[in-house]
Amino acid sequence: MRLVDVEQEQEVRIVDIQGGKGVARKLQQLSLMPGDRVRVTKRAPLRGPLLVEAHGRSVALGRGVAAKVEVEQISS
Amino acid sequence: MKIALIGQPNCGKSTLFNQVAGYKAETGNFPGTTVKYTESKVQVLGEKVDLVDLPGTYSLTGTNLAEKEVLRYLASHEVDVILNVVNATQLMQGLELSLELMELGKPMVIGVNMMDEAGRLGYDIDGPALREKLGVPVLPLVARRGRGIQKLFTTALRIGENGQSSQRIPFQNPSLEEAIADIAQYFDGKIEGWDPEALAIRLLEDGEEMQEQVEKEVPRVIPEIENKKQAIEKELGKEPLWAFSAERHILAQELTEQVLTKGEERMTWQARLDKAFLHPFWGYVLLLIVLWTFFQVVYKVGITLEDPLLAAFNALSAQLSQWIGSGSLLANVVVGGVQGIAGGAAIVLPYLIPFLVGMGFMEDVGYLPRVAFLMDALMRRLGLHGKAIVPFILGYGCSVPAVMSTRTLEEKRDRFLSATLATMIPCAARVAVIFGLVAYYLGSQVALGIYIYNLVVIAIVGRLLSNRFLKDTPGLILEVPPYRLPSGRTVFHKTWFRAREFILEAWPLLILGSMALELANHYRISDLLNTLLQPVTWVLGLPSAVGMPLIFGVLRKELSLVMLRQALGVMDFSNALSPVQMITFTIFVVFYIPCLATLAALRREFSTRDTVLIAGLSVVIAMVAALIARGFAYLIAPVLSFQI
Repeated sequence: MRLVDVEQEQEVRIVDIQGGKGVARKLQQLSLMPGDRVRVTKRAPLRGPLLVEAHGRSVALGRGVAAKVEVEQISS
Repeated sequence: MKIALIGQPNCGKSTLFNQVAGYKAETGNFPGTTVKYTESKVQVLGEKVDLVDLPGTYSLTGTNLAEKEVLRYLASHEVDVILNVVNATQLMQGLELSLELMELGKPMVIGVNMMDEAGRLGYDIDGPALREKLGVPVLPLVARRGRGIQKLFTTALRIGENGQSSQRIPFQNPSLEEAIADIAQYFDGKIEGWDPEALAIRLLEDGEEMQEQVEKEVPRVIPEIENKKQAIEKELGKEPLWAFSAERHILAQELTEQVLTKGEERMTWQARLDKAFLHPFWGYVLLLIVLWTFFQVVYKVGITLEDPLLAAFNALSAQLSQWIGSGSLLANVVVGGVQGIAGGAAIVLPYLIPFLVGMGFMEDVGYLPRVAFLMDALMRRLGLHGKAIVPFILGYGCSVPAVMSTRTLEEKRDRFLSATLATMIPCAARVAVIFGLVAYYLGSQVALGIYIYNLVVIAIVGRLLSNRFLKDTPGLILEVPPYRLPSGRTVFHKTWFRAREFILEAWPLLILGSMALELANHYRISDLLNTLLQPVTWVLGLPSAVGMPLIFGVLRKELSLVMLRQALGVMDFSNALSPVQMITFTIFVVFYIPCLATLAALRREFSTRDTVLIAGLSVVIAMVAALIARGFAYLIAPVLSFQI
């Protein structure tokens, strides 16, 4: 599953970040790495960006970026 | 003693700096770059200390220029103590940077800031335990209220005097430590300032910024680094960069779990504010209200100051000209100089300063990142992303700060494209032309039409440029910090430093250009200029006398209207220009070559080549846009009962 398809208020775990080094490195700088739990807090209308929260920090991610983030459901 | 202040964006580092630095702070650039730092002398226990405020950075492994310069500077001999500010509400992320900083092996102190905010979130942070685990002094801080600052600085001073260096926490994976030790032995004291192990880690990760120097001074280590990199990648299945950062990431999480206990959260108004401001419908309504209010205030303040200031300068230049002898060369040049000073003092600054104050406020209160979130979908259609909205908003005030604000974008293609498009937004000076000509003679609906047409053209140009010539934008990745009450001091400092860039760099050009204008007038070269511009004016169907005002419009956009009256020899424009000509002229003025001050700003942010490119492109766009508008105006003229 991709992060871009996750519904609002759902929490998932990052599995992998695809599409070259650029995006992965930028996300790493914001402390978003494979293994992290993220919660989608807002989805902007008109194919806008997603607002995700991880470790108490909110980050806005454009669609293109969120499509490169592979996530999995957290089995509770 | 030199103390370097460093922390992640939104950690309150600038608030701390402004609390202690007073108003005597000086900004400088790292050599050969536009990367800025601020330096100030501070008294600590009777001792003078140089405090350097470095640009906020999430990580030292960053890819952008600012992060590389920061790293180089921190490792250099110049820095005696690293003062690392960590945001208590984002302890885990902050510690990732702290761990990187500790690897540099310099004396270091950590200030955990925003303890009050963390308290409201129900966080309890065990400072002594963290100190124990890191082996570096850790002190609580509420910079906004000035709490903990004294103790932080006395500790920093003591650490600096002892020269007590930080000790990095070893990496868990033995192959990483082995590789570090192997590479480090090549360096012992060979590269100025660098701790051998710190340099080894950097070079194994990436080390682009040190590559050249190392190649020159210790060439035999280069193949060894490559070998180690490959060996690590083979063994761990990932490049060293990821191996190192994953270890720090996990260590920071473990440390946070050990020292931070979460109690009950007491702060819910943040979420409630976001419910409104980021609402899929009301969020946009609120955005419009905020922007409308912002522009109203800026416009009111500006106009109140502009009129009397302009009158005063006009009186002064009349006086001077009479006193020197009107019509003489000297008098004309002096008047040109005074008019140039007036252009900055009476026309630009009265709008620019309230604009910058407003932007600084919106930035510090945390609204701008939310605007970026709301506008991302729209900006993507221009081939940009949400963060690029800032130059566009600023563009409606003045193109100079708009161009300067593109600096916050990481990618060169985003910077270039947003600067190109933002210079086409009608700034306050071009508003004068739109209102003075189109709104006055043809009505406000036509003026509104020009605004909308302007946005349509910008959208088309953005799309064309990004589809045809530029690679795809990587997209929006932006931290959205909590709402905060901004401190007046920080906003004041921001405004002052940004206004100073205009004062020092663009204003002198304005004055020189204004003097050149008077010289040209003195020697009556208007006929020559009109002839030179004949191809343009002919194609646009404008009288050839319009040529000179267009040329001087490059100096300051509103000059094209002021001079038009002179050039056409009429008081009432409707006697010399048809409605269609008015529309064509205005559209051309809105799009063609940005004013001199903007060109100077472009040149500073990009290069001479890019500046010429943008200027050339703007002429082409202006021609095409004006011609299309001309054709369209002919079509709709009967409907609106214009005379053609």
